[in-house]
Amino acid sequence: MSDIFPKWTNKLPTRVIAGALIAGTTVFAGITYYATPKYTRVGYQPVQPVAFSHAIHVDQVGLDCRYCHNGVEKSWYSNIPAASTCMNCHNQILANDPKLALVRESYNTGKAIPWVQIHKTPDYVYFNHSVHVNRGVSCFSCHGEINKMDEVRHAQPLSMGFCLDCHRNPEKNIRPPEQVFNLNWHTNEAAQLQLGEKFVHDWKVNSSQNCSACHR
Amino acid sequence: MRYFLPIWILIVAVSIGVLGFRESVLRKPPIEVFPDMDRQMKFRPQVPNEFFRDNRASRLPASGTVARSEPRRNVAGGAVVYSYEDHPVNSGKMTGTTNWVELNPTVIDAQSMARGRQRFEINCLPCHGPLGDGNGVTKKLGMAVVATLHDPRIVKMSDGELFHVISNGRNLMGPYASQLAVEDRWAVISYLRALQFSRLGSLEDVPAQFRASLNK
Repeated sequence: MSDIFPKWTNKLPTRVIAGALIAGTTVFAGITYYATPKYTRVGYQPVQPVAFSHAIHVDQVGLDCRYCHNGVEKSWYSNIPAASTCMNCHNQILANDPKLALVRESYNTGKAIPWVQIHKTPDYVYFNHSVHVNRGVSCFSCHGEINKMDEVRHAQPLSMGFCLDCHRNPEKNIRPPEQVFNLNWHTNEAAQLQLGEKFVHDWKVNSSQNCSACHR
Repeated sequence: MRYFLPIWILIVAVSIGVLGFRESVLRKPPIEVFPDMDRQMKFRPQVPNEFFRDNRASRLPASGTVARSEPRRNVAGGAVVYSYEDHPVNSGKMTGTTNWVELNPTVIDAQSMARGRQRFEINCLPCHGPLGDGNGVTKKLGMAVVATLHDPRIVKMSDGELFHVISNGRNLMGPYASQLAVEDRWAVISYLRALQFSRLGSLEDVPAQFRASLNK
């Protein structure tokens, strides 16, 4: 038989198995690490047509989220403000700044500013902003420290697992209603749980895990 | 094995080099790993749509149209007023005339006052300041003229005229009709009146049991 199978073939099965194991493990690890919104979405930070900084407007100037995103408490989506909202201040502040040329053009002609959408749920997901912010879920829970961002960055995976984590344990993210738009409000874990459990009970929070809660 | 391992390590290293790590800055739109039905033939709010000349998928109501449903809540006397009616609550003017109404036509109670305060602090505070004295943060940033709301000219203004100014703007102040619902504008006016009253009052206006605390 040694004419047909030379001696090195004796080790072939072990080598094939070892090679397959190494390859399989790395491929598995790679898919686990990369094929998830934690990799594909988190960190998405497109270049916007106007270099708007949340850090300046919220953290330094102290505007409330709802000055610009005024529909967030009433509507299922949180609106990008109209150029007229910007011009309430920027008709005098930085009135001739070239960085704001697109805003002025939009204000004067009605041409839309081509903002790049960052947080995008799939079209079969019906996330409702008003329900969440009116029941104590802060902007912070899904958008991270957006008040400190010079350029908006996708901070959380916003995957189905991310939604379900909170829908299974809403008490971890429910805060006093007056602190929902105060992104600097933080408390320790024990106090958060105590508060959260109280709110879940008092407000009869029913964070549904039915498919139809989000998928229609 | 002698060839396989180095080649495999090279492949893994190159893949990591190309793909990077989680949470790194991504300038390009996220890859959708399983894109089934993620993006459907429909338009979400504020997305572009080349079908219309202004490239907007969201359409504005035709000019001059008024919502017909949803009566105004909180009108004094429990009246049911719809938004198309010529009623002081909609226009700030006395029905059938061009004269401003003297008094706020909505119910003023603790709830509307709290709402007014909240909306004042979101929308008015950046320029007019928390006390309404025109010392908001924008003054430091280059806003030239901000009215103090304690100016006798504004104190003497009728509620109807204030409503008109909030809705349509005046001089350098922009209109707030799209940011503040009609009910909220009236709530802001009642809170503003309280702010003004706090500067005009004397010690006799303070209930006896609270006077001592003011002298501290």
